[in-house]
Amino acid sequence: MNAPTQRPSLEVRGLHKHFGTFHALKGVDISVEHSELVFVLGPSGSGKSTMLRCCNRLEEPDAGDIFLEGDPVTGKGVDLNAIRQRIGMVFQSFNLYPHLSARRNVTLALRKVLGQSRDEADARAMAALEQVGLADKSENLPAALSGGQQQRVAIARALALEPQVMLFDEPTSALDPELVGDVLAVMRELKETGMTMLVVSHEMQFAREAADRVIIMDDGQIVEQGSPERIFENPNHARTRSFLSRVTGGA
Amino acid sequence: MDQLIEQFFNIEIMIAAWPTILRGLWMTLAICAVVIPMGLLGGLFAALGMLSQNRALRWATVGFVDFFRAIPPLVLLIFVYSGLPFAGLRLSPFAAVAIAFLLNNSAYYGEIFRAGIGSVGTGQTEAARSTGLGASQTMAYVVLPQAVRNVLPDLISNTIEVVKLTSLASVVSLAEMLYAADMARSVTYSASPLVLAAGIYLVILWPLVRLVSRFERRIAH
Ligand SMILES: Nc1ncnc2c1ncn2[C@@H]1O[C@H](COP(=O)(O)OP(=O)(O)OP(=O)(O)O)[C@@H](O)[C@H]1O
Ligand SMILES: [Mg+2]
Repeated sequence: MNAPTQRPSLEVRGLHKHFGTFHALKGVDISVEHSELVFVLGPSGSGKSTMLRCCNRLEEPDAGDIFLEGDPVTGKGVDLNAIRQRIGMVFQSFNLYPHLSARRNVTLALRKVLGQSRDEADARAMAALEQVGLADKSENLPAALSGGQQQRVAIARALALEPQVMLFDEPTSALDPELVGDVLAVMRELKETGMTMLVVSHEMQFAREAADRVIIMDDGQIVEQGSPERIFENPNHARTRSFLSRVTGGA
Repeated sequence: MDQLIEQFFNIEIMIAAWPTILRGLWMTLAICAVVIPMGLLGGLFAALGMLSQNRALRWATVGFVDFFRAIPPLVLLIFVYSGLPFAGLRLSPFAAVAIAFLLNNSAYYGEIFRAGIGSVGTGQTEAARSTGLGASQTMAYVVLPQAVRNVLPDLISNTIEVVKLTSLASVVSLAEMLYAADMARSVTYSASPLVLAAGIYLVILWPLVRLVSRFERRIAH
């Protein structure tokens, strides 16, 4: 999708968020270019999820501006449901609707938000499930799917709305190790289709292979950012070094 | 022994009382047909009110539910039927029963729905809202179906209580089944019509009671 302007796909400026007296985000700036895969790393409690959730206003920012393809996400008069439909989100705990089949998990928003006919929505849902390799499981309830399959259905649910950006919050953290690969493979294919992605994850190997840029967050702020090679081989900041040595087990 | 059977299980008297009791049964079912669907609807609105962002609405509905859960249904019924005429409002027995039980019922169903909605994780709402579904769409298509499933045994239990509650209508001379059976008793000088009525309650409610037990076993496992 070509933007008429040269602005980034997703732009976050001066984002602040408090929970009571706790200052969770202390002025975060992030921009994600078209078709870019940006990886966000940082210790637990550093504000990664909060930052991501502010991007589609599941969390209401206290200050700062967010733009999607140049359109304001924050501020008065924004049609929040219209904006959210353009931002896909994938959660750590999948959050599939347990009472609906895989197919109907995907069609719900197509029918009720986009107003598609049953046939249109079914066709789109099947295409999305095909893309994540689960067309043959379309009639399964979530309980009859493995964790990895559930997460792929959740990706299909977001994907079917043809979002301009996809946000991933630790998409593989709740999975058994042997199921992580399938989900990462789907994400890698998504990147190849040119999807713009902002990913919070601890999958270092995946970050090295697939990320265009890595952002290190700590204590509600961005510590540094750069290419995965630069960040992993040659971090500028002591906080980055200590975080990386902790997650890679000192290697 | 024979005398006992004569008193309680006299088939001839039961057959003679049957048309009266059948008319009573229809009245009982008519009350249920009004009070159960409308109570469910009222309960749903009460639950949504109790969970509303609007503080005034929330307090008002919580007050409503607390009040009608605390007040004995018989007191409420007699107040509506015999008390309101002092304020110039005279209701037919059926209207009084319908209003009193609807208020009582909405409160109970409301509390059940509230618990059901509370049992659905916030992740469900967040997932739905993240796809652009609005708040009421999310409630209707994502939260409520799961909420109802989670509290189905409680909803059925409460419905059993409603059917039993209809027998209170006899105190305002509404000819529901208990009233009809008691009439027949006083005419025939036999307890057999009462036994017949009790049997009919049992036949209606026993399957529902079994259903609840089965749900509860399934949930326990
Ligand atoms: N709803 C909330 N209410 C109060 N505090 C919150 C809330 N959500 C997050 N926080 C706090 O904000 C801080 C940042 O949380 P966040 O979930 O964004 O961290 P994170 O970087 O995603 O951590 P993790 O890697 O453990 O997921 C934490 O200290 C957390 O306790
Ligand atoms: Mg997090």
